[in-house]
Amino acid sequence: MRIGLFVTCLGDTLYPETGRAVVTVLERLGHEVVFPAEQTCCGQLHANSGYPDEALKLVRRFESIFGSYDAVVSPSSSCVGHVRELAPELAPRVFELSELLVNRLGVEDVGASFPHRVAYHPTCHSLRVTKVGDAPLRLLRNVRGLELVPLERAEECCGFGGTFAVKNAATSSAILADKCDAIEASGAGYCTAVDGSCLLQIGGGLERRSGGVRALHLAEILAATESA
Amino acid sequence: MKVSPFPAAAEHELANVQLRRNLRAATDTIQSKRARVVAELPDWEALRDAGSEIKADVLARLDELLVEFETAATAAGAHVHWARDGAEAGAIVARIAREHDVDEVVKVKSLTTDEIQLNDVLATAGVRAIETDFAELILQLDGDWSSHILVPAIHRNRTEIRDLFARTIAPGIVSDDPADLAEASRVYLRERFLRAKMGVSGANFGIAETGTVCVVESEGNGRMCTTLPPVLVSILGIEKLLPRFDDLEVFLQLLPRSSTGERMNPYTSLWTGVTSGDGPQELHIVLLDNGRTRVLRDEVGRQALHCIRCSACLNVCPVYTRTGGHAYGSVYPGPIGAILTPQLIGIENASSLPYASTLCGACYEVCPVKIDIPRVLLHLRAEAVRARGRSAERLTMRIVGWTFESARRFTLAQRVARTAQTPFARGGLVRRLPPPLSGWTRSRDLRAVAKTSFRSWWAGR
Repeated sequence: MRIGLFVTCLGDTLYPETGRAVVTVLERLGHEVVFPAEQTCCGQLHANSGYPDEALKLVRRFESIFGSYDAVVSPSSSCVGHVRELAPELAPRVFELSELLVNRLGVEDVGASFPHRVAYHPTCHSLRVTKVGDAPLRLLRNVRGLELVPLERAEECCGFGGTFAVKNAATSSAILADKCDAIEASGAGYCTAVDGSCLLQIGGGLERRSGGVRALHLAEILAATESA
Repeated sequence: MKVSPFPAAAEHELANVQLRRNLRAATDTIQSKRARVVAELPDWEALRDAGSEIKADVLARLDELLVEFETAATAAGAHVHWARDGAEAGAIVARIAREHDVDEVVKVKSLTTDEIQLNDVLATAGVRAIETDFAELILQLDGDWSSHILVPAIHRNRTEIRDLFARTIAPGIVSDDPADLAEASRVYLRERFLRAKMGVSGANFGIAETGTVCVVESEGNGRMCTTLPPVLVSILGIEKLLPRFDDLEVFLQLLPRSSTGERMNPYTSLWTGVTSGDGPQELHIVLLDNGRTRVLRDEVGRQALHCIRCSACLNVCPVYTRTGGHAYGSVYPGPIGAILTPQLIGIENASSLPYASTLCGACYEVCPVKIDIPRVLLHLRAEAVRARGRSAERLTMRIVGWTFESARRFTLAQRVARTAQTPFARGGLVRRLPPPLSGWTRSRDLRAVAKTSFRSWWAGR
C-alpha cells in the first residue's frame, strides 16, 4: 500500500526522530511510505486559536497534497482529528499511526523490542476526538520486553492545550505537575503517547525535573529493536 | 459588567494550596459518585440524546412556549412578569416586597438570582434577603461568593466554617463536626422561616403546558421557602422551560445523577399557581431574559442555553479543578461558564474566558444535555479575535499562516528558528525563553529545533 506520511509541522521541526520511526515501522511491514515535500501544517493551530479562515485554507492545502494517497498516516492524533473534521471526504483515509496499524492493516505485533517499563498516557484528542480506543495499548502489549505500568488518572489532560500552555502558563503548569507526579509514581522509565504536542509538554516537564523519566512517542517504541 | 482576565485571576487562585487540595478532594468524590450512578443506567446515552433534543426544541420555539407558560400559570392563579434584565427583575421583586410591607425575604439557592445580584438590589430597597441553602448562607455571612454551581462553598473547609459561625450566627460554637454546624444553621434559619412573609426562588424547570415551576434540592430548606411564607416570587430564566410535564421524566433522571451523583435528589418541589389554604396564597413568576435572547441568536453558541446547571463539567475539568471557580469571575464557573458568561455579557467583556480551556473535551463527555463545549469555545475564540480587531497576535497568526502556505517559506522559517535559538539552546533543550514564550519555560524545558529536520533527512535518504 502506498502510504502518504504527514509528519506534522511540529514533528518535522522538533521531533524528526518520530517521523523516521514511522517510516521504519511501516517499511519493516513492507509498505511504501511517501513524504510529499509540499506539506507543512494541517491548520489545527489556527483553528484552536480562533482563526478558522486561516485554518480552512491550510486544510484545503492538506487535501490537495494528500488527496491521491490510499492512506495517510500521521504520528499526531490531534492533527488527524482536526483534518477528519474539516475534510470529511478525505476522513476515511486519514489515520493516526496506531489506528492504521491495528484497524486498517490488522497488525498488532510490529516486531519491536523495547525492554523497559513504560506508562501510556492516552491523550485527550486520541480518546475523545480521534477515538483511537485501545489500539496503542494492543501494539504496546506486543512489544518484546516491554512492561506496561498503570498510570494514575491516565485519562486526565496533561495541560498542553496548544496556545493555552503559553496564554495560561500557570494553570497549564499546575496540571502538568500532577501528570508528571503520576508518571514518576508509576515507576516507568518512559511515558509514551500518540501526540507529539502532548509529549512536548510532558517531556518538557519531566526534563525540567531531571528525574530520569523520558517522554517518547509510540512510533519510536514500535521502531525499536533493542535487545535486553 | 466586565470579567477580569482569566490568566492572572487563575494564577492568584493557584497560589492557594489549601484551595487546590479541597477542590481536588471534593470534585474527585462527586465525580466518582457520578460515574457510578451513570453506569447503572443502560439507556444513559439515549437519555442524553432526549435531553439535548428537548432543549433544542424549546429554544427553537421559545416564543410560543413562553406564552403558553404564561397563559397556563395565569389560569392557575399566578402573576407572571417579564423582565428584560436584572435591573427590571430586581425592581419587580422589590415592588412586590414593598406592596406587602416586607423587609426580610427567605431565599432558595438560586444561580439566576445570583446572576442578577438580586440580594444587592433588594438591600438597596431596604429588604434583607436571607440565603437558606447551607453553603449559600456560609457565603452570605462571610461576604464571599460562589465558586461552584452545586457546592458554592467548595473552597471552604469545616474549620473555616466553624470560625465563621462563631463570629456570626453561633457565638461560642467550638465543634467543627458537620452535624453541629448544620444544627447551628438550623437554629438560626428556623426562626427566619417561621417569621418570613415572602419567599424568593429560582427554578430548575418551568412547564409550559401546565404553568408549573420546579425546584430540585437536597436540604429541604428550599421547600421551607416555597411553602411557609404567604407570598412566593420565583425567577425563571426563559431557557428553563420544558414543553410538557412528561419531559420532567428525562431531566429528573439526568440532573441528580450528573449533579450530586445520586439516583434521585431528596426534595423535588413542584407548584402550579396557588391553592386555597395550602402554601403561598400569592405567587409571582418573573420570566428573565438578561442576555438570553442574545445567546439564542447565535446558532452555534445557543446550545449553552441547554444547560441544566448540574456542574458535572466543572468536576472533570482539568482547569477548574486547579483554579476553582472565582477565577472565572462570574456565578457560572468552569467550562459552562467559559461559554455562557461571554455570551450573556458580551465577548468584549469576557474575552479571556473562551481561552480558559485545554480543549480536552472531558466536559462534553459528561454533559447530560450534550453541549459541545469545545466546539462553542472555538466559535467564541473566533468571536474574540474578531472583537479585538488588530492585534500583535492576529498579525503573528497571519504571518504563521502565510508561512505554512508554502513549503519553501516553512523550510526557511525552520532554518531561521534554528539560528535564532542558538543563544538559548543547550544539549537539544531550551531552558529559558524571552516573553511571551517565557510562559512555557517557567515550568518546562522546550525541545530545541532539530539539527536535521525530517524533510532534510528524507531528501537526503
